[in-house]
Amino acid sequence: MSIKDDLYYSEDHEWVREEEDYLVIGVTDFAQEELGDIVFVELPEVEEEFDKDDSFGVLESVKAVSDTFIPVSGRIIEVNEALLDNPELINDDPYGEGWLIKVEPADDSELDELLSAEEYAEFIEEE
Amino acid sequence: MDYISNTAAEKNKMLKEIGVEAVEDLFQMIPEAVTAADDLNIKPGISELELMRTAQLQAKKNKSLDEQLSFLGAGAYDHYVPGIIDALISRSEFYTAYTPYQAELSQGTLEAIYEYQSMICDLTGMGIANASMLDGGSAAAEAVTMAARISRNSKVLLPDTVNPAYREVIKTYGAGQDLEFIDLESTQTALDPAQIEANIDDQTAVVVLQYPNFYGSLEKMEEISKIIKKSKKTLMLVIANPILLGVLKAPADFGADIVVGEAQNLGSGLNYGGPNLGFMACRDERKMLRQLPGRIVGKTTDVEGKEGFVLTLQTREQHIRREKATSNICTNEALNALMATIYLSTMGREGLKEVGEHCYHKAHYLAEKIDNLSAFEVSNRNNFFNEFVLKTEKDNRKLIEELLAAEIIVGYNLEAVGKEGILVSVTEKRTKAEMDKLVEKMEVL
Amino acid sequence: MEEKLIKDYSSPGRTGYSLPPLEVEKGNLEENLKGYFRDDLELPEVSEVDVVRHYTALSEMNYGVDSGIYPLGSCTMKYNPKRNERVARIAGLTNIHPYQPESQLQGSLEILYQLKLDLAEISAMDEITLQPASGAHGEFTSLMIVKKYFEDREEKRTKVIVPDSAHGTNPASATMAGFDVVEIASNKRGMVDLEALAEVLDQDTAALMLTNPNTLGIFEEDILKITEMVHDAGALVYYDGANMNAIMGYAKPGLMDFDLMHFNLHKTFSTPHGGGGPGSGPVGVKDFLAPYLPKPLLKKDEEKYYWDYQRPKSIGKVHSFYGNYGVMLRAWAYIKTVGGRGLKKTTENAVLNANYLKARLKENFELPYAEESLHEFVLSGSRQKEEGVSTLQIAKRLLDYDQYAPTIYFPLVVKEAMMIEPTETENIETLDHFVETMLIISREIKEDPELVKNAPHSTIVRKLDETAAARNPDLHW
Repeated sequence: MSIKDDLYYSEDHEWVREEEDYLVIGVTDFAQEELGDIVFVELPEVEEEFDKDDSFGVLESVKAVSDTFIPVSGRIIEVNEALLDNPELINDDPYGEGWLIKVEPADDSELDELLSAEEYAEFIEEE
Repeated sequence: MDYISNTAAEKNKMLKEIGVEAVEDLFQMIPEAVTAADDLNIKPGISELELMRTAQLQAKKNKSLDEQLSFLGAGAYDHYVPGIIDALISRSEFYTAYTPYQAELSQGTLEAIYEYQSMICDLTGMGIANASMLDGGSAAAEAVTMAARISRNSKVLLPDTVNPAYREVIKTYGAGQDLEFIDLESTQTALDPAQIEANIDDQTAVVVLQYPNFYGSLEKMEEISKIIKKSKKTLMLVIANPILLGVLKAPADFGADIVVGEAQNLGSGLNYGGPNLGFMACRDERKMLRQLPGRIVGKTTDVEGKEGFVLTLQTREQHIRREKATSNICTNEALNALMATIYLSTMGREGLKEVGEHCYHKAHYLAEKIDNLSAFEVSNRNNFFNEFVLKTEKDNRKLIEELLAAEIIVGYNLEAVGKEGILVSVTEKRTKAEMDKLVEKMEVL
Repeated sequence: MEEKLIKDYSSPGRTGYSLPPLEVEKGNLEENLKGYFRDDLELPEVSEVDVVRHYTALSEMNYGVDSGIYPLGSCTMKYNPKRNERVARIAGLTNIHPYQPESQLQGSLEILYQLKLDLAEISAMDEITLQPASGAHGEFTSLMIVKKYFEDREEKRTKVIVPDSAHGTNPASATMAGFDVVEIASNKRGMVDLEALAEVLDQDTAALMLTNPNTLGIFEEDILKITEMVHDAGALVYYDGANMNAIMGYAKPGLMDFDLMHFNLHKTFSTPHGGGGPGSGPVGVKDFLAPYLPKPLLKKDEEKYYWDYQRPKSIGKVHSFYGNYGVMLRAWAYIKTVGGRGLKKTTENAVLNANYLKARLKENFELPYAEESLHEFVLSGSRQKEEGVSTLQIAKRLLDYDQYAPTIYFPLVVKEAMMIEPTETENIETLDHFVETMLIISREIKEDPELVKNAPHSTIVRKLDETAAARNPDLHW
């Protein structure tokens, strides 16, 4: 069960990677393990706007359904279309090819409210 | 007879293991206020002999279709039920089984449902079918709410050529979703496509059509389909009579998006209107599949590579999705679906074709003879399959009563739904002699 | 595949049916039907013997109540009496059309009316509709009645409260009726948390949906307080009748102050499950809600029974006819056979059997709630999970011993849940056998965990790939 150092994390088990002028968001290894084999992904439309902690999508495994909650406010600039036909990318490579959305953030300061890799590791310990 | 095997001694043993004196002790937590002072006011249990005697007595107070000739249709049809069906579904591994959640012990049920789904797809021409709905009316209602979800619209075009009982069910379900119904009143027994054109817009979720319609007539399906397709978001829902799909073009060929209907006539028998069998099928598209209610069985392999069947795509359903489920449906009509599967296997392509031919030709024989009688006419003479509207100058009720005295139920009095005439249904069970008898009696009246 | 599909028996030209000769003139259907004619229907072409062999083979791959114990919690898989099947096949009772004149159907209508009276007596409800064709259908019907009731009073109430232990159909039905669902947590004893309830009850609440005993088999001892609280907020209380087998002759929902409820004839009243239906979910209401019942309603007028369509406040119809009549015949026969005293004995033995299993299993499996329970109880496989084996795997291992597994992973309030309801029709031998098997499995978990993890081994198919089935659906031949 891995946690990457160079990412931000939310208590809803999402990770955030800072690129030059956008953010990439996905779900953590812990999340994909909990869910099991993912069979379907519901993603938002490009241009849609969300406030921090809104539900932006749905992940379905064989036996469970989980909302994904956006860790920062922003506008969707790209969604990972590959997941529509290959949802297993989330299980196989949650931090890489299993990315969910790319977001233009509304407020950069919101990143400070997120957890570091260490803090996330502690958080999972307690769960 | 209370179906409890354990003896007093055995029960005492169990009470000891639990650690109580008497079985009443296990109910201590129930407050007195919620318990009735008296015992249940229900007669003591009777033996099997008495039960059968009582049941037979009740049967004698009925006059079944074994004792008279019936041309009743209007949504429930008197078709031939091959004896093989009851023999097979009476196998207790089928009828005493639960929903096939533990797939490894339910391969019989699951494979049969897969076959049922397949045959419904074959009949309707659609890409995906579910494991059954409660009946034709509720299937239509759930198809309408499904269309509303998919199109994100809330207007429903509902012609009066659709079965009135179905329209009521559709509206009841629609009230739960704040749908807006536009009732289309037809002047003939079939719709004028112009009416659809005049009422459809980009806020219309779905147009509901019945095939053949309530009066037995065929709507102008091609023309109507073209009109519907012009409105990009609007879906086309067809309520089809499955037993006629051996000779009638598949609804998919007219561009239907969702097809539902009542499959009671595929081997369930009349049973006073229930249990019936709703079927539901839709186009093979991801967004439709995810909105489809009901159970779905899929084929897969096990850890040793052997083929088998499972319930699949369960995340649409209530036990996982709860308040976000596509429907609340849990128990459906599985055993009746099995009956339909056996029926369709037994009749096969040739048998179903022959049933359709019998229905059509016999109905037309009767209609022509009736139409030739001076006091009667068949108002949809030029457009009906095996159900038609009989009109007379006489009083409908009187006519029905007089024929009833001659042991004939001539049909369904359309005055009950605010229309004129009597709806007459002819199936493959009707003989030439029976039809001649009806005409003879009518001639004299 | 163990048994090939029926279409794989096909041989072109083979038939399995017989119809009498047409007798009337055979026109040219293709010409007559023009743009509506079809000649391309593909269906199996098999003989009658093919059909019999195939479906017999399928039945042999199934497990029913007649095969052995079926301890599914909240499903009440009791024995399905065969005499009820005989009654349900009497031609005079079944070869009848829903639109025949009522005068020809007094025998059947009387049966249905008697069933209504008995259900009303068992539940202390005032009026009954038999129209809903399943429990969930009854839930939806009831919530539409609630909706209409408040509309009639010009009160806008949009919320329905549901405990977190509720069956999934409860919130799903609420959504179908257009309500928002508010979930409340159960307290540490597994019952409704009165404080949590008080917090969510307001002017916007339409109803609280409850089953009692709840899905943990625990009786809500504060039930009268709960119904009072809900009524004080101006809302209604709905009873999910799935667990009625626990209280017949002991408690009545009407006396608990529930306003409306549904019954499951295919649970409490022994009608067969059929592999997923047909069922029947009659709804019972207190008098003040009777005007909203679906139409028509079965009524009695001196000595005549009739369908009353004059119901201007009715919610409409939920079924095209009168509901699953064939199922009602069986339930009527059941109540007649078992009788009033017998129904109470049924409840007593259902509760006895469940408590016996609980007493014998609670050493080896964690019992998350120490409360007394009635006809069902929930164990947690958490100890076994720590040893590396999940409840799912335990369930699959049970199948190797030719027994059906209990309900698993429900209710959601218990981790690794196993919900067990034996019903009253199991005898002590099958109960002991079930216990012994569970004990054997818990030993296997310690001594040979791989055996359990890779179960089932001896069933017709082994563990099936559900992921592939969902990712790449193959839904028809």
